[in-house]
Parts: sequence; C-alpha cells; structure tokens
Amino acid sequence: MDGAPAAAPEKIKEAEQRIAHVPLVLNRRNFSWLTERISGVVEQPAPRWWWVAFTITASAATFGLFCIGYLISTGVGTWGNQIPVGWAWDITNFVFWIGIGHAGTLISAILFLLHQKWRTSINRSAEAMTLFAVICAAIFPGIHVGRFWMAWYLAPVPNNWAIWQNFRSALMWDVFAVSTYFTVSVLFWYTGLVPDLASLRDRATTKIRKFLFGIFALGWRGSNRHWRHYEMAYLLLAGLSTPLVLSVHSVVSFDFASTVVPTWHSTIFPPYFVAGAIFGGFAMVLTLLLPARAIFKLQDVITPQHIDKMAKIILLTGSFVGYAYTMEFFIAWYSGNAYERFAFWNRIFGPYWWYWWFGMLFCNVLSPQLFWFRWCRYNVLVVFFVAMCVNAGMWFERFIIIAGGLARDFLPSSWRVYHPTWVDIWTYIGTLGIFTSLFLLFIRFLPMIAMSEVKTAVPEADPHHDMPLQSVSPGGKERTR
Amino acid sequence: MIKTPYGHKVYAMAAEYQSAAALYEAAKRVRDAGFRRWDVYSAFPIHGMDEAMGLGKSWLSGWVLFGGISGLLTAALVEFGPSSILYPVDVHGKPTNFFTVPAFFPIMFELTVLFAAFAAFFAWQGMNRLPRWNHPMFNWERFSRVTNDGFFLAIEARDPRFTETGVRQLLEETGGQHITIVHED
Repeated sequence: MDGAPAAAPEKIKEAEQRIAHVPLVLNRRNFSWLTERISGVVEQPAPRWWWVAFTITASAATFGLFCIGYLISTGVGTWGNQIPVGWAWDITNFVFWIGIGHAGTLISAILFLLHQKWRTSINRSAEAMTLFAVICAAIFPGIHVGRFWMAWYLAPVPNNWAIWQNFRSALMWDVFAVSTYFTVSVLFWYTGLVPDLASLRDRATTKIRKFLFGIFALGWRGSNRHWRHYEMAYLLLAGLSTPLVLSVHSVVSFDFASTVVPTWHSTIFPPYFVAGAIFGGFAMVLTLLLPARAIFKLQDVITPQHIDKMAKIILLTGSFVGYAYTMEFFIAWYSGNAYERFAFWNRIFGPYWWYWWFGMLFCNVLSPQLFWFRWCRYNVLVVFFVAMCVNAGMWFERFIIIAGGLARDFLPSSWRVYHPTWVDIWTYIGTLGIFTSLFLLFIRFLPMIAMSEVKTAVPEADPHHDMPLQSVSPGGKERTR
Repeated sequence: MIKTPYGHKVYAMAAEYQSAAALYEAAKRVRDAGFRRWDVYSAFPIHGMDEAMGLGKSWLSGWVLFGGISGLLTAALVEFGPSSILYPVDVHGKPTNFFTVPAFFPIMFELTVLFAAFAAFFAWQGMNRLPRWNHPMFNWERFSRVTNDGFFLAIEARDPRFTETGVRQLLEETGGQHITIVHED
C-alpha cells in the first residue's frame, strides 16, 4: 500500500463501509439455531395454508395427468399442432422446464467451484427445483411422439427388428443429455442431503421417523474421515455438473439449430439458450424462495444479500439474452438473406407480434434492467415482480422461437397460425401443478436449506475463529437412546 | 480387548469440545501424540481438519477417473457398434464412416459424466463403509448432538498407544469435556 496515492480519508471510509463484510447468516445465529429453525419446518405439523395450496396444485396436477391420458388414448389431434406448426406448446414447455432446472445446477455446482459461500442457503431448494422441473420437462418429449407406447424406442435397446437409433441425430443427443442431467442432479442432491437427513434422524421423536431418516441417512455420523471423502466426492460432482449443465441446453438448442427452419437455423443458439436458461431458472428460484423465506421466517438465512446477488445474476444473464436478441436481428439484416430478414420482421409484426413486444422485449430485456438500481434489488416486491415477468417472458421467448418460425415457413400456401386447444393449455397448467406439488412435498418432508453447508458459512465454523468460545448450545436437547 | 468392570467391550474414549477451533487444536495434539485409530466428529466439514488429523488427500478421484473412462468407452461401443457395423443409417446420403466421429461426441461426453458421477456417488459411500446400521459412537447419549452443534473426538481402544489414564489425561489437557468411555455394544 506504500505507493498508493493518498485518497481523502472520508472517501476511504465510505468505500470501506460499502464493501464491509456482511455476514451470510444474520443476527449471529449459532449452529443449534440453524438446526432448530430449518428442521422445525419439517418437524412441525403441516400448516393450514399448506393443505390449501397442496389441494389446489395437486388438483391441477391430476387434471394435467387426465389430459395426458386423453391425449394418449385419443391422439395428438387433441392438440392444436398442425402442419406446418408441428412443434408448439409441447416443445415450448419442454424447453421452458428444462431451462428452469439450470439455475439449480448453476447454484449447486458452478457457484461451489467459485467458492461463493452465499449459495449454501439456497442450493438445496434450487436443486430440488431442478429435479422437479426436469421431471415436468421429461413428460413432453415422451407424449409428443404421438405413439406413446413407442417412447421406449428412444433408448438403444436391441430389438427384434434389429433397428438401431441414429446416434448422429441431435434428438438422440437430447435423450442422453436430459437423462444424464436428471440422474446426475439426483445423485448430487442426495449426496448433499445425507448429513442433513442424519440431523433429522438424530432429532426424530417417533420410531417411524427415526427409522426412515435413519435408512436414508445411511448411518452418517459426521466423522471427519468421512467428510474427507465426502468433500472430494462433492467437489468432483460439482466439477462434473458444471460442463454437464452447459451441455444440456446447448444440446437442446441443437434440436433447432441443426434444422433449416428460419429463426431456428442459428449458430448463436447454444450460448443464447444457456444464458436464457440460467436467467429463467434464477427467476423461478426467487419465485419459490421469496414466499418460503417469509412464511418460514428464514430471513436470517436467506438474507437481503442473497436476493441482491440473485438479482444481479438475473441482470447479467438478462443482458446476455438481450444481446443475443439484438445479434439475431443484426445478423438477419447483415446476412442479406431475404428469408432470414422476413422471419425476423415477422417476429415483431407477424401474427405473434404481442408475444415479442410483451414477452421478449418488456419481460426479458427491459424488466431486469431495474436491477441496476440497488433500491430495486433490495425491495422484495420489485424483485418478485421482475421474477414473475421473467418466468412469463422466457415461456413466450421459447414459443416465438419454436412456433414463430414454423407458422411462416418457406411456402406461403401452407402458412397457418397455431391456436392451442384446451388440452394444450391444461397439460401445461398440469405440469405447473406437478412442479408446485412436488415442491410443496419437498419443503414438508426434507430440509429445504442445507444445514451442514450453511453452518460452514457461520464465523464460528472457522477453526481459527478467535471469538469467545460458543457455549455448548443451550438449545440442544438431551435425549436418551 | 479392554472391558469395563461390567463386562462391556470398550470401543473408545471420547470427549466433547466447545467449538470447531477447540476441536481443531485438540486434533493437532492427538495427531502429534502419535495415535492412529481415532476420529473427530462434527456437523459440518471443518476447514483444515484433514491436515490437523494428519490425513492426506482423498484418492476418491481415482474412482471417478475410472468411472469417466469406462463411460467414455461404453459410449464409443454403443455408438460405433450399431452406427458403423450393425445398422449404418443413411441420412441424407451422409457418410457413416469413422470420420463422422464429431457427431458422436455429445453422447460420449454425457456418458463420461454419467459414469463418473455414479463412481463418485458410490465411492464416497464405499470408502466410508456406508451405509451401515449402527456404530458404537451412537451408544453415547451426547453424541446425538453431532449432527446439530456438537464437536467430538474419540480415540479407539484398539489403538496401540491407548491407555485409559493416558488418553483421559490427553483429552483433559486439550480441553475436552464430558470425557467418557464409549461401549462397543
């Protein structure tokens, strides 16, 4: 610091205050408070609002499943899909849901590799969100094949026709990418859960809880010889998930980019889709966590600082997305290709014009720009509003990309505007129901915050912490075995 | 085999510590005293505890490498077998020879990750001898706090340097509380 130019002392003071270390767990909460508060959510009886919410979401899920049954038994004619719009809400929903999953993996893997300790408060629920979103996503490719009973043919299984899949097809890559993504996400999520399941086991008051949590905790006892291998496994799973998550939406985008349909055939798609996926996924994380932290009084764990950081990621990825939109238009003009120019002109002024003005421009590009202002990032209502805008906007974006190009393809005589049927609409609402029902079950039965990880973000977890010794917890209950 | 006057087999002598810092310091003392069969227990991984216990790097990564390579080879087999030999698919007259290998990369990548992740998942359990139904440490009432806010250290009776008085003195000196004998059964 010797050679540094002298700045006015008050300026230095101001700067220091701004970058002052804000603790990740507020109010100096200790380890036992964290255990009590987070396990308490699972251990107390379900509140009334939970039953009301679950009844609504489970009803929607059930009706969605009925729609799927109706589709399979009657045929894809129950959907609005018609040539030339052969892919519509089904694949829109698939891309929408799979994209949402990406935020969970970004938080659990990429932020872990980058030593972002603030991820510990949100990674568990974000990973759960990933799993449930991928479950919703996986429904659509299965049912849109038309002959649902042939869906097993996606897997390379030797069969009596001796016919094999085309492994050079982007659709085949997609099958492997999505199924690997789901499996690895489950392994990563469950690995993270084991120490917390052990916490619930050790706190269990009934035999059945003790038995079930005991089974799933695998006999975990917090031994450091175990933590050593566990941490290495966690690190490697994070390292494996990082390229995986970037590959999944890239491969999804290949489904489009490797075709010749205008607005699909584009080299910008892989990074554009990945940025959009993280963008939309963080919006969904906020949509789920903002109510949850208020209801379960977790404001000391999911602090304004966490929301601020998530808002900044939405601003960053939203700006990537805005840049990608601009580039698409620029390249359409610069290429001099009449079909390409028409396709993008059609995007703004064609049959789906308001999807573009509202969904892509207002929701995706403009609304996140509010997060340049600190006030907006720290106002929960503004953050929630922007998150909802992004949720909607990303769905519209996928729909415009998929149906917009098909509805105005190369042959004007075959142009047709797509209209969804009630089965389309209710299948989508049904997946929203499945997603929220699964999330409600998750917060009821499993710790929604990774206790063992949040504890490492408390200052006392540092072995060189020189504060007065923390008393052996007054909150810890003595139990006999 | 050490037994208590009541005939219980002794698993270890254990103590509770007040903080992660205290446990860390105690672990260094126990390591320096030359014990081999001992362990510390906490609700979260304590940074630097591996060095304090004298443990090296975890070679779980070897299993993950093995998993990744087997995934890559599996993908190569599953793709090249059908696509080049059993059932070459003629799509738009494109070639089906080995030079189309870049089109096989996505699935090779995915299966590499998949198998490596399974290897990591099963290796951390296998190397830790988990799952298991029970463990002697759970016989100690206070130990149920290990997954909450407890910090524990246990020196096993089968360690060659284990003597009841010596270990008790070491645990006392390092600030251990509630020092106790943990039964095997």
